[in-house]
Amino acid sequence: MSLADQAPVTLPTVDIEEQQRARREKINRIAKWTLPSLVLVLSVLGWHLYVTLAEVPHYILPGPVLVAQKMAEDRALLWPAMLITARLTLLALAMAVVGGVVLAVAFTQSKWAEMSFFPYAVILQVTPVIAIAPLLQIYVESAFVAALLCAWIVAFFPILSNTTIGLKSADHNLSDLFTIYGATRWQRLRYLAAPSALPFFLGGLKIAGGLALIGAVVAEFVIGRAGTGLGLASTLLEASYRFNFGRLYAALILISLMGVVIFAVMSLISHLALRKWHESAIKRER
Amino acid sequence: MPAARLPLSQRPALLNMTHVEKAFGGSVVALKDMSLTVNEGDFVSLLGPSGCGKSTVLRLISGLLHTTSGTISWAGGQGTDDLGVVFQEPTLMPWATAAQNVWLPFRLRGQSFASAEAEIADALRLVGLDHFHDAYPRALSGGMKMRVAIARAMVTKPRLILMDEPFAALDEITRFKLNDDLLELKEKIGCTVIFVTHSVFESVFLSDRIMVMAARPGRVIHELTVPAPYPRDDVFRTSAEYAAHCRAASDALHDAMGEAA
Repeated sequence: MSLADQAPVTLPTVDIEEQQRARREKINRIAKWTLPSLVLVLSVLGWHLYVTLAEVPHYILPGPVLVAQKMAEDRALLWPAMLITARLTLLALAMAVVGGVVLAVAFTQSKWAEMSFFPYAVILQVTPVIAIAPLLQIYVESAFVAALLCAWIVAFFPILSNTTIGLKSADHNLSDLFTIYGATRWQRLRYLAAPSALPFFLGGLKIAGGLALIGAVVAEFVIGRAGTGLGLASTLLEASYRFNFGRLYAALILISLMGVVIFAVMSLISHLALRKWHESAIKRER
Repeated sequence: MPAARLPLSQRPALLNMTHVEKAFGGSVVALKDMSLTVNEGDFVSLLGPSGCGKSTVLRLISGLLHTTSGTISWAGGQGTDDLGVVFQEPTLMPWATAAQNVWLPFRLRGQSFASAEAEIADALRLVGLDHFHDAYPRALSGGMKMRVAIARAMVTKPRLILMDEPFAALDEITRFKLNDDLLELKEKIGCTVIFVTHSVFESVFLSDRIMVMAARPGRVIHELTVPAPYPRDDVFRTSAEYAAHCRAASDALHDAMGEAA
């Protein structure tokens, strides 16, 4: 592929293959949005029909109309709850980024540090957070800090492990070149290891975003409203105690939406950071 | 007068390898009793079969490896900006533009892009990439990437450029073109080059001296000179003189491979 290929080309003659390709692409572009939307509409419709025709009681499965109603009625409750959960999630994610990156840099700068501490990072990760959370509640005085720690534990590992691999994945010849030019440790980290690690870090960030939300929900479930105030997950739990299934579903849908938004934002950040050079962010013409 | 215009015997010495031995893991002897003198303005090829320690020689000279015994000395001592290196792969930083890649040796010395801009532009012009300052490596062809790598190796005007089979992975048309351009470049900037290859034709076309190496243990077993004057072009490439040198180099290489077997 040369630079010339990238200039917008308007050919006078377009052969049949090209026409077919253009048509396929157009159909794909439309289908990408219409198909999932269609699935959504059909599922909601099926849900509604099932609930109405089979006369399912609303405390077993509320219909979509009821859920929509609840979402509108309870917005004064749900909106602040969403903010609380969002704050916990984003704080945990921010701490996971800082903690994961700092530890990864420490691990790659000193193999003694990696040998000593990496196994414990793995143990922290593989121990189910739901089992750790009650302990955090006991030992950490501030319930908010306990909840934050709980979400952080879940979110930080993918950042740590991805960034560590990324920092080590620099091209060997480039690394030799840096040695020949007498690069300092800092220059090597700044100009070689860090850019090499960026795609790996961003992959970890995408996973960590979703995990931070899961961690926040677990924290709200286990530690409850004492720590964070009434978040979405606490709202969901309370609604289930009161058989208020309309509100439960509304909260559930909002949690999913938050997850989707977090994923979309992380994907956008990744795309913007890599679009100029990394293979993953580049559209191939074919 | 640039050293490259002097007859071989009158050029001032630049680098001396004397009785160098390199063993790996205590048992594998990669190089044995390897002596090599490189003079200013020389274009020296190291020609030999795989495993004869050609690349080891370059790694020793560049300081990536240390000799087991023997010495490598530079006339007037060595500094970190004495060397430019081109690997078999272009080895560019994919996240940086062509100009930023060429900036690397300056950047590692703490020089800003602005302060090195003139040199960077010169280097890119010399390798024929005037219009590609802002191109990312992925947008460049294999040959163009290699040109960026050459520009990076020569931008600081190092005393010695090491090239480790730089054109081995390229197609023949591109390789011929780059051979021509490399010689032209050498004429313009008068650099000294050690060039590793396993192509007889390439080594004869490019060099004034060819060191033919044998494997197990790696050592120089023949030294040939190619006294044809530079600039060399397609006329040289199809001349009887060139064919005769190729025959001689080829015989020497066969000899080297016979010894190894």
